[in-house]
Amino acid sequence: MCRSTVGGLLVVCALAACAPEEPLPRAVAGGTPSPQAAVGGGTDWHVALPEHAPGRFGFGTAATEDRVALWDIDVKPDGEGLPPGSGSVAEGQAVYEAHCLQCHGPTGTEGPNDRLVSPGPWEQWPAGRTVGGYWPYATTLYDYTRKAMPQATPGTLSDDDVYAVVAYVLHLGGLVPADAVLDAASLAAVEMPYRDRFVPDDRTGGPEIR
Amino acid sequence: MPDTEHTRLSRRAWLAAASGTAASGIVMTRWDALKAEPPPVPPPQQVAPSASDPTRVPGRFVSELGTRAPDEQPRRLLRTVALSSSSRTPLQDLQGTITPSDLHFERHHAGVPDIAAEEHEVLVHGMVERPMVFRMADLRRYPQTSRICFIECSGNGGGAYNRSRMPTAISPQQLDGLLSTSEWTGVMLSTILREVGVRPGASWILAEGRDAAVMSRSVPLDKAMDDSMLAYGQNGEAIRPEQGYPVRLLLPGWEGNAQVKWLRRIEVSDRPTMTRDETSRYTDPLKDGTSRIFSFVMDAKSLITFPSYPYVLPERGWWEIEGLAWTGRGRITRVEVSTDGGRSWSDAVLQPPVLSKSTVRFRHLWNWNGRETVILSRATDETGYVQPTVQQLWDVRGEGTAYHHNHQRAWKVAADGAVTFGLGDLL
Repeated sequence: MCRSTVGGLLVVCALAACAPEEPLPRAVAGGTPSPQAAVGGGTDWHVALPEHAPGRFGFGTAATEDRVALWDIDVKPDGEGLPPGSGSVAEGQAVYEAHCLQCHGPTGTEGPNDRLVSPGPWEQWPAGRTVGGYWPYATTLYDYTRKAMPQATPGTLSDDDVYAVVAYVLHLGGLVPADAVLDAASLAAVEMPYRDRFVPDDRTGGPEIR
Repeated sequence: MPDTEHTRLSRRAWLAAASGTAASGIVMTRWDALKAEPPPVPPPQQVAPSASDPTRVPGRFVSELGTRAPDEQPRRLLRTVALSSSSRTPLQDLQGTITPSDLHFERHHAGVPDIAAEEHEVLVHGMVERPMVFRMADLRRYPQTSRICFIECSGNGGGAYNRSRMPTAISPQQLDGLLSTSEWTGVMLSTILREVGVRPGASWILAEGRDAAVMSRSVPLDKAMDDSMLAYGQNGEAIRPEQGYPVRLLLPGWEGNAQVKWLRRIEVSDRPTMTRDETSRYTDPLKDGTSRIFSFVMDAKSLITFPSYPYVLPERGWWEIEGLAWTGRGRITRVEVSTDGGRSWSDAVLQPPVLSKSTVRFRHLWNWNGRETVILSRATDETGYVQPTVQQLWDVRGEGTAYHHNHQRAWKVAADGAVTFGLGDLL
């Protein structure tokens, strides 16, 4: 979890609240004695596994590496999962004008769908939640564009085209120069200006309003 | 209330008032109140015989699929007809706590996919001993569990947060209709993770959908191991396509967006993926210039659903105030109602069942004296958290924050009985 690309505060969150002391707690470790046992002090619902349940049921089939690779296309904030290939800002402009302009406008500010580029300075935080004005990780733009865009034909852009259009949108937001060429290494290295502004949830229940 | 609303009152309500069911001396409910006409609804295919006395005319035959009574036609309210849109549950029209499945709210980011269950697969991989693929027949063979719980969009209620745009003519459905409650059935996610064997060091999962947005969210492993479910049943039947058919992730008490529908993949990991919907959206900007990320839990909240806009109380006297309360942190332990604008509070009755992470219906008998007033409710949960005022949320989060608007709601009852959203009257 201690990766520099993940915000420092998030590391704290993950270690404090999320990393399990025991990898297989509760039902997984067989710790719940019977199907009648209530969980969490309540009686509204019951865990499914009785004490005599087998360690494994054997239902389902093993997933081959190829099978996993077919769907495992998500990109982590440190760049893990980014595919080979590359794309330039100039190439991205052509991709943008062909596939994105209609919904996001000539400069990424006009809409009608989500604005991609902030119109103004930092004071406008969260600045319409635009890429440069809000998004904490550049890798997210690749992950989302490859999966969900263009809205009418999602998943149709080549990996290179996604690199290119991501480069172009980042350039529109002033985050990479006009001659930038992005690949797995250079995209993961793009530092988003507001990354450190994201803080873990500090609400805990109890009387305090947060 | 505008005059145009007064002129559009429901036929049934008029009949009820005219036939004397609204006589003084009895407790009246929302059926005795007048209500502005909902949007026109096409008439059902089958209507009852037109005879005025059903005891003199044979009834209809049995049927394979039931239908609602002609005069009972609640509808979801569509925001826009678009790929990324939502529809809202008619909270003011429902009874008890269960939301009829065809009225469960919707929030889709790229439309509702058409998926055949027999060819659907769920891939579980990542930091596991045995990466596996599960078909629906596999998932259904695992020990099953059911649980009643609410799902609420974390953006619900945002329409009543901005001081300068506080609405008046807004119904519970329009304001808070991104809330529904169902009995969900499925296999505990912990059972599936046990089957694949989670490796030491894992701390998150990524859940990914099979819609055109490939909607995905990161969820802490602790939650996955606690009370999360792969749900394929909803209120006694297969889960509806709009709710994630054939299988969705259920995270009781957490924001709806993270409960990924049309689930096709779970990746066990040691860090969050930082997807679009957990960074650029569903994060909560705070007044100090930071933004809260992974704000999963829905804090305690309540809402009076009657009387509410657009009802009109036809006369003073005994009325039963009712509403819903819920918390993502466990049980609702108390709901208080004020009928004097928050100066004094009375405990409402919590109508059983009072279930953890489910909506609870509350009731409070009120003898309305016919004078203008503001009524409101506030919920307390088992952690001691009391539903805050909007001022309290403004103070701690700022007026420009987004999501998790669980502040107290209020309704103004005018002297003529017209009910409008009343939070603005308290500011």
